[in-house]
Amino acid sequence: MSVDQKMDGGRRQLLLATSAAGGVAAVAVAVPFVGSLTPSERAKAAGAPVEVDISKLQPGQMMTVEWRGKPVWIINRSKEMLESLKKTDELVSDPKSDKPQQPEYAKNETRSIKPEIMVAVGICTHLGCSPSDKFKTGAESGVSADWAGGFLCPCHGSTFDLAGRVYKNKPAPDNLEVPPHKYLADTKILIGDDGKA
Amino acid sequence: MTTKAQAVLDWIDERFPLTSSIKGHLTEYYAPKNFNFWYFFGSLALLVLVIQIVTGIFLVMHYKPDAALNASGIPAAFASVEYIMRDVPGGWIIRYLHSTGASAFFVVVYLHMFRGLLYGSYRKPRELIWVFGTLIFLALMAEAFMGYLLPWGQMSFWGAQVIVNLFSAIPVIGPDLSIVIRGDFVVSDATLNRFFSFHVIAVPLILIGLVVAHIVALHEVGSNNPDGVEIKKKKGADGHPLDGIPFHPYYTVKDIVGVVGFLIVFSFIVFFAPEGGGYFLEYNNFIPADPLKTPPHIAPVWYFTPFYSLLRAMVWPLFGLDAKFWGVVAMGAGVVILAFLPWLDRSPVKSIRYRGPIYKAMLTLFVIAFAILGFLGTKPPSYAFFGVIPGAPVAQLFSLYYFLFFITMPWWSKIDKCKPEPERVTG
Amino acid sequence: MKKLLTALLFTPLMALASGPEVHLDKAPVSTEPAALQNGAKLFVNYCLNCHGASYMRYNRLQQIGLSEQMIKDNLMFTADKIGEPMRIAMQRDEAKAWFGAAPPDLTVISRSRASEFGSGADWLYTYLRSFYRDDSRPTGWNNKVFENVGMPHVLYELQGEATAKINEHDDGHGGKTKEIEIEAPSKPGKLSAEEYDHAVADLVSYLVWMGEPMAEARKSIGTFVIAFLGLLFVLSYLLKKNYWRDVH
Repeated sequence: MSVDQKMDGGRRQLLLATSAAGGVAAVAVAVPFVGSLTPSERAKAAGAPVEVDISKLQPGQMMTVEWRGKPVWIINRSKEMLESLKKTDELVSDPKSDKPQQPEYAKNETRSIKPEIMVAVGICTHLGCSPSDKFKTGAESGVSADWAGGFLCPCHGSTFDLAGRVYKNKPAPDNLEVPPHKYLADTKILIGDDGKA
Repeated sequence: MTTKAQAVLDWIDERFPLTSSIKGHLTEYYAPKNFNFWYFFGSLALLVLVIQIVTGIFLVMHYKPDAALNASGIPAAFASVEYIMRDVPGGWIIRYLHSTGASAFFVVVYLHMFRGLLYGSYRKPRELIWVFGTLIFLALMAEAFMGYLLPWGQMSFWGAQVIVNLFSAIPVIGPDLSIVIRGDFVVSDATLNRFFSFHVIAVPLILIGLVVAHIVALHEVGSNNPDGVEIKKKKGADGHPLDGIPFHPYYTVKDIVGVVGFLIVFSFIVFFAPEGGGYFLEYNNFIPADPLKTPPHIAPVWYFTPFYSLLRAMVWPLFGLDAKFWGVVAMGAGVVILAFLPWLDRSPVKSIRYRGPIYKAMLTLFVIAFAILGFLGTKPPSYAFFGVIPGAPVAQLFSLYYFLFFITMPWWSKIDKCKPEPERVTG
Repeated sequence: MKKLLTALLFTPLMALASGPEVHLDKAPVSTEPAALQNGAKLFVNYCLNCHGASYMRYNRLQQIGLSEQMIKDNLMFTADKIGEPMRIAMQRDEAKAWFGAAPPDLTVISRSRASEFGSGADWLYTYLRSFYRDDSRPTGWNNKVFENVGMPHVLYELQGEATAKINEHDDGHGGKTKEIEIEAPSKPGKLSAEEYDHAVADLVSYLVWMGEPMAEARKSIGTFVIAFLGLLFVLSYLLKKNYWRDVH
């Protein structure tokens, strides 16, 4: 401790300068180590956009594709199903899709580019389970007597309507995420990329 | 210090010896004031250990110890190393730091050991420090050897094959022992996985434990110095050695200079010559392991080659046991004999500064022998200097000297004409 | 196994060495984008049918100045996603049956081919220019640097068909040394000798680049790191000197 007491100005300055430079070096060393924790080229390649052909998807049907290791649902909604969205407007917590759970072009009544085709990431916004589809309405669905059709998360019982909007008073806070996507042709969707080619 | 901080410190000190540890090991640990260049390598060895552990932790996150072929016909372990080199952001820096660090470890440790020889650091009362040190060296060799298998290249595979087969030279249990080590009849996936386990957890634990013991023992007796005199013998009125200075701040600031100087050389290799001219990363190790094809020339990595030369020097069967066995004995003895140094040296003085001409000549020749053995170990046995002087007999000659240096030391160290040691350290 | 080991370790007089002395031509390795791009084109067209480069992702070619679209249109024959590595369709066991050995992956070939005789690039540069006609070989080709190689001369339509004169000398120990002298192509190829050397140089430059695509970044980061450490060294040295004024 006696050393600290007789520390003169020059020594203090040198100590500060060396410590500062050493600190910069330490931060620089951390860069590759922290970098190595981020997704690798392989992960990025695996997470590349996925092309999906929906020409065989009949109204009322749903298909699941994998994008970035997550299930992405594509649902061809029938007229009745689209009708049901009007009913559920009142029941869901974010009917106008105000929270940024979808790209701008899907911020509309049906949460989609084409009204009938719904594209959504099938991961519950609560804790990450994948909800199951309950397209049948009413008591037959096994959800509730007035069920309008939608999705039920088996983990904690969150429910979503056919536009992926979460019902009020459920554990899940947000609507299902709509991934960036675009139509390459009438029946061809590219999921994961919405940039202009 | 503010009273609040003092209160926190007091609270800790009542439960953990923080202040007293800092005092005992840093601010009031008195080291001789005359350390020279050779005294940098202890702290540098510690630095390299930290580099290896930290880079190792990050490499394990991406490396796969798997010898099975992937869809492209490449062993998964080999492919995962290239994955680290190419696909993981910053992965190449981490891997080069680790591969260069392995060689740097041995450079630093060899120089650290040489310092011990120069100044008699192994002499009473520091025998245990030295013994712990040789154990560290042994653990380090095991660590490096098993780590070298992990990239699963040709040199990894065949190097491991040859070294593991050494154990089969041990009479009676040898052949079964080598099978137990491999977990298979050849080096295989089982071997790779157990070496991985040993390399990342078992041996590092032992290594860290030994390093702690090494330093605890050192701080118990205090450091030697280039004059080889005990500073504790001359204490001032305050009870501190007259020739001692507190480790912190004097040697911390000095060691930082050493660390930065070392890092400059180290970075130069990492960034401009990561292959180290084929010595740090052998060229053949860029070929995936192929159990059916031996490379034309197998040499261990440079830091093993002096001992590898000792092994190859034994070409005569003795006492009904074949030459292979005696080769293994020679190699093992070459390492183990180091531990006996404190009891082999009978000189009245410690430091080379006050030793006589015999020690100076013997030590110089020892360094030359070690270097030549190391050089020849990287070459095929058929190597000849300038194409005319055959290397094999030269290696045998120097191997003989290697052992004579130790075995005859009690005699020549005693009769050497030493100069009187000074009372106090000199500048 | 035991025998092999004994042979490897304990026969100091056995002449196995790292093979006989090989003379390698110095490869004019370039890091220019134009050369690398030409090399990449040659690689994809002539090598990538049998040899994979399974750690090399197509999108990394952007680093040598190619756009994603250019890669997709001109170079991507074996994959449909730009982030995929350069794999090949050929089955390894079939390849083994055809060539005697499965063609090696070429991603890091330039690093593995280095030796005391020259860099990996030198070896590749010499090797690709040392094929000659040899009817005794199943492929009809032999190579001066890699004797009895399993690979046929895939670039022959560029180089032409070279032949070789084989001279045998007594080596003075009862054996014979073989000296192979390659003669100018009897049937010329699409390129002149000079153009062919140039094309091979480009291809080799590409292989070197592919072996370590971050080599340039490594060196430029290294310069910066060492410069900074130099500054830190001066500072820490001054600090040490300052403190050590107290020590007498």
